[in-house]
Amino acid sequence: MKVPAPLAMLAELTHRCPLSCPYCSNPVELAARSGELTTEEWISTFKQAADLGVLQLHLSGGEPATRRDLTELVKGARDAGLYTNLITSGIGLTEKRMHELDAAGLDHIQLSLQGTDAEMADRIGGYRGGYERKMQVAGWIKEIGFPLTLNAVLHRQNLHQLPRALEMAVEMGARRIEVAIVQFYGWAMLNRNVLMPTREQAKEAERIVAKAREDLKGTLVIDFVPADYHSDYPKRCMGGWGTTGLNIAPDGQVLPCHAAQTIKHLKFENVRDKPLADIWYQSDAFNTYRGTDFLPEPCQSCDRKKIDFGGCRCQALAVAGDASATDPVCVKSPFNDKMRALAEDFSADEAAEITYRTAAG
Amino acid sequence: MIAPDAVPYLPRGVRLHRDHVRDRWVLLAPERTISLDVIGHAIITELDGSSGFAQIVDRLAAKYDAPADQIAGDVQQFLGQLAERRFLEVRA
Ligand code: SF4
Ligand code: SF4
Repeated sequence: MKVPAPLAMLAELTHRCPLSCPYCSNPVELAARSGELTTEEWISTFKQAADLGVLQLHLSGGEPATRRDLTELVKGARDAGLYTNLITSGIGLTEKRMHELDAAGLDHIQLSLQGTDAEMADRIGGYRGGYERKMQVAGWIKEIGFPLTLNAVLHRQNLHQLPRALEMAVEMGARRIEVAIVQFYGWAMLNRNVLMPTREQAKEAERIVAKAREDLKGTLVIDFVPADYHSDYPKRCMGGWGTTGLNIAPDGQVLPCHAAQTIKHLKFENVRDKPLADIWYQSDAFNTYRGTDFLPEPCQSCDRKKIDFGGCRCQALAVAGDASATDPVCVKSPFNDKMRALAEDFSADEAAEITYRTAAG
Repeated sequence: MIAPDAVPYLPRGVRLHRDHVRDRWVLLAPERTISLDVIGHAIITELDGSSGFAQIVDRLAAKYDAPADQIAGDVQQFLGQLAERRFLEVRA
């Protein structure tokens, strides 16, 4: 298989975040501030990424606004020729800072939504006053004219707010909304009993999205991430392992996906030690699950294997106990019964209490 | 349908970019990269923010020595798809 150049890079600038969402995709073992890449190291990584073929850069975290050098990083990314997207909760952005980001050339903002009212949003984010602040930030985004995608993460606690989230996206002037039903990685794995939607909720969300796509055609583009524990086939994670995108952890480790660190037998290289191109093309972490050769049956003889690459490696490990197994979301997986039973049990656990993500040191 | 005197333009957040690594032109948009062929590129470079649809079509027709009504159909379809995905705005 000829390895294509990557198109997108997610830079997790820091794991620090004022919020503590129970579904945070950061690893449960958070990276400490002291280990974070410096401004120069990040900018060098952006340049290497652009030379490698990356076109789109996502600045994420944690909360990227907790990095004091955010504006400088945006400027560095733009100078490298990258399309620069900021993925933020809004907390930590002031009006002044947003004008600076504007001047630095920031292309696009993706604003996360924990709930459609203060009560829900602040309970889920574990941060009082967060919603009010976010709405203020949304106002500045509109004023300055940044293109906006609203990013609504939905789960059993707030799925009923989906219709309102769609309205809010239109009110904020967003061109796009990402309706993402929570995926179970990182902290979300500890909260499956709190977050797992019911099968009915998952179906209802699909209906609402289908109807809104019709009604809002040409006004709001809706990207939908369905509830995968309730799906029949797995998602094509990351567009295929090591084919489309890469993640950089705050300390410079280069990951094939944000959850890859849960696969303990993989060894991740670091941009501090090696050129990014070598890591992309040659490292074991990227090559181990590239393509489809590693896949067992039923994937090997399945005609969908070029579509979904057998699904998610991290989920295969988490539920089937083997990172090279068929994603248990798939109806053909021998572990699919187990997956369905888990989904049922978790979604029925009404006494469940939230385990909040903790702060990065 | 884009009216003859309406002005199509790329909104903020959508921009033309030379992809040197893959030797092609692309349109960069939020979470999307659209690969442009020669015709797509020619259409996009005509969007100057002040020319109306009919003017753009005329210029392309002259440049490629093709009938204007045929070009109009192609441009309408190409820009229509971009507009539906909110990669293009049209000022009346
Ligand atoms: S998911 Fe929540 S806690 Fe995690 S980085 Fe985003 S805003 Fe912070
Ligand atoms: S068997 Fe494997 S390749 Fe086929 S649909 Fe299921 S996960 Fe995808």
